[in-house]
Amino acid sequence: MPKIFYRDKEWEVPTNITVRDAIKKGDLNPETVLATLDGKLITEDIHLKADDVVKLVAVISGG
Amino acid sequence: MNMRQHKLALCADHFTEWVPAQVEKSIRKYRMFTPEDLVLVAVSGGKDSLALWDILLRLGYRADGLYLGLGIDGGFGYSDESQRQCEAFAKSLASGYQGMRESGNQEVEAPVGQGVPIQDPVVPDTQIPDRWLPKLHTLSVPDAYGESIPEVARRVRRGRGKPCSVCGLIKRHEMNRIAHEMGYLVLATGHNLDDEAAVLFGNTLTWQVGYLARQGPVLPESDGFARKVKPLCRLYEREMAAYCLVRGIDYIYEECPYSFGATSIAHKELLAEMERKSPGAKQNFYLSFLRAKQNGFLDDRHQELAPSMHACERCGQPTTAPGLCAFCRLWVSVEKR
Repeated sequence: MPKIFYRDKEWEVPTNITVRDAIKKGDLNPETVLATLDGKLITEDIHLKADDVVKLVAVISGG
Repeated sequence: MNMRQHKLALCADHFTEWVPAQVEKSIRKYRMFTPEDLVLVAVSGGKDSLALWDILLRLGYRADGLYLGLGIDGGFGYSDESQRQCEAFAKSLASGYQGMRESGNQEVEAPVGQGVPIQDPVVPDTQIPDRWLPKLHTLSVPDAYGESIPEVARRVRRGRGKPCSVCGLIKRHEMNRIAHEMGYLVLATGHNLDDEAAVLFGNTLTWQVGYLARQGPVLPESDGFARKVKPLCRLYEREMAAYCLVRGIDYIYEECPYSFGATSIAHKELLAEMERKSPGAKQNFYLSFLRAKQNGFLDDRHQELAPSMHACERCGQPTTAPGLCAFCRLWVSVEKR
């Protein structure tokens, strides 16, 4: 199953799910993160494969 | 990169061309500066300011960087890591940007006045003679003034609880002083549309008319004050993070340890929720505010009533307060304790 990592959290999602839905499964607003696969930015409409490991990058910063 | 507010999706190559084009549009639309002006970019090691420096150089502007070391640790050496990111980026600039309007490097005068130590600028090694050679100026607040921001904040009333107010005051004063003393007409900051929308949201909730009237992409220069500009004001924070990822700009991912629980972040989260349900909501909120202002929604009465400026008795920077400016009053109160 694809795995999603965000800060100190990680969760698994069903194969073939879109990135946007995978983000929502982690109770996150897709507007507040970017998804990367192998260090490269990926779009939210991509369907994830079984061995994909997606790292989410927070985009909201304070100040 | 899918930008739902523009109904536009771009591949990596086109996205990294589209972002500078948007910045150029803002620079021209709001008459921020020209290719002849010397611009000082306030860099923090974060995504927005490093991206801004990269973009201005790619567009051919004469932009140098300024990093202020604040002495914030937070258990992971926050300031040290921020500085490292800025210095690494400055060194990488030799081969990292392309495009130049005209040749020529201009030496910047050494700081004058209070003799506050500014470290030797970081200058990238380059073999390309005909282009702007950007410099990174660095000032360490603890080295210059003997105390870090958190230490100062602990000792004065202004900093009780959180050092953000003290930090903002010191940064504003020092950025302006250094820009002024080193001959930069323009001080550019990496505030993006999300930053501006969050500030607008906060000020609207409490109808801070004075702040609302002053908020905008450009704060014009005046006696002793550099012109302050926000060239990223029409770009989403998300786009700036994506720009850094695609361009390979390494930035500090960790947040300032004092930013947790900040009201501005709570406001950003609320606005992000609105954006999720209604793409373009943030953009409409901010840009319609600018249009309303332009159409006279906020008149200039409050500015006419504003107290006049005079030189601070201690540092010489303009202030509305009688005697000392807020920055000097802060240090006087530190000295007394």
